[in-house]
Amino acid sequence: MKYLDEYRDADITHALAARIRARATKPWVLMEICGGQTHTLMRYGLPDLLPPEIELVHGPGCPVCVAPLEFVDRAIEIASRPGVIFVSYGDMLRVPGSRQDLFRVRAAGGDVRIAYSPLEAVKLAQEYPTRQVVFFGIGFETTAPANAMAVWHAKRLGLTNFSMLVSHVLVPPAVRLLLGSPANRVQGFIAPGHVCTVMAHREYEALSAEFHVPIVVGGFEPVDLLEAIAMLVDQLEDGRAQLENQYSRSVTRDGNVAAQKLMEEVFEITDRKWRGIGMIPASGHRLREEYAAYDAERIFGAQEIHVEEPAECISALVLQGLKKPVDCTAFGTRCTPEQPLGAPMVSSEGACAAYYAYRRHTASEAAQ
Amino acid sequence: MCLAIPGKVVEATDLGFTRIAKVQFGGVTRQVSLDFVPETQIGDYVLVHVGFAISRLSPEEAERTYELLRQIQEADEIAPEEPL
Repeated sequence: MKYLDEYRDADITHALAARIRARATKPWVLMEICGGQTHTLMRYGLPDLLPPEIELVHGPGCPVCVAPLEFVDRAIEIASRPGVIFVSYGDMLRVPGSRQDLFRVRAAGGDVRIAYSPLEAVKLAQEYPTRQVVFFGIGFETTAPANAMAVWHAKRLGLTNFSMLVSHVLVPPAVRLLLGSPANRVQGFIAPGHVCTVMAHREYEALSAEFHVPIVVGGFEPVDLLEAIAMLVDQLEDGRAQLENQYSRSVTRDGNVAAQKLMEEVFEITDRKWRGIGMIPASGHRLREEYAAYDAERIFGAQEIHVEEPAECISALVLQGLKKPVDCTAFGTRCTPEQPLGAPMVSSEGACAAYYAYRRHTASEAAQ
Repeated sequence: MCLAIPGKVVEATDLGFTRIAKVQFGGVTRQVSLDFVPETQIGDYVLVHVGFAISRLSPEEAERTYELLRQIQEADEIAPEEPL
């Protein structure tokens, strides 16, 4: 397949790794922000090609992982109501709330459905006019325009039985928080290529200048990631700190203006709580007043729920790049993708799930 | 969640309020909204995320970076193999 095979080329991957090995003279800590990038790195065993100087830590770029426990509980509560069709991206169904998950709601008779696109939920609302269709709107800036479009279509169609539980988060405020933390070890970032496809890279340019840290916008295939790492190592070894764009086949100077416009039409910026990290100011979206009729939180009543995370789960530290999944005492034993303690073990983008799928054997060998 | 897959636009239909395309991913064809990439033409490659094309892939940029990568690969083949 064009635009995939050439970026999975083994010879070029090895040539890039050799270039990084030849260039790195000092220890450097790099973070890939997006969980999709974490999975590519682990799936292709890329850390094994890198010299010992390069340490990769994994970022908070997994919307399923950072959706707060209260929100999962809220989704479960709405999904359990009679008459509701609750529609979600598949990743969210096994994420544990404080007592159960959406799969168990479905097993108990709740109408919980998986959708590939938010437009499927709009279609369901048309097909079932007597039922309330609620879509679980999670995601970063990549997904927000699609979710915005679903709300826009619902309004265009005059639907009164469609709503969205919005839990969108924005990447730059979280990166700012990491960079401002005294515990931060990260010296260079791979910025999320698909978020930047929508938003352009202005916000990362500003972060790079403010914190004097190299940031390279990177793609999602092995060649993309090794090239981004090579560009970061070049900058660090040269003493430069600027924004560069490795993923120029998709990321343009202005980003996707049509998507940005619709997102701004439907959503406004709000403070959001991130699971494991806490409240981050101006780090998410909520529906604008004009779209209040589609806000599941307003329709079903807002509820203040306070819940505690499982004590053993270190996902807060994993999401901030301060610990690796294998540092967790529950990893692979009391916490597995089948019986997860925390969201990073569930999501196809979670760092714990990536280590479990691709590195649990090497990790346990290293421990012995 | 931010997964987006490249595919080739093989058909496009204008419905007035929206533009829908048939996009080929290897052997699979899916219906995709072109609302966020209105300039897309048949034959273009687009990146698709949750049923929406979010960018039109630039063949010029892809070729330019790929040429750089080929040079790195060639330089690596000429250079003596370093011990691992």
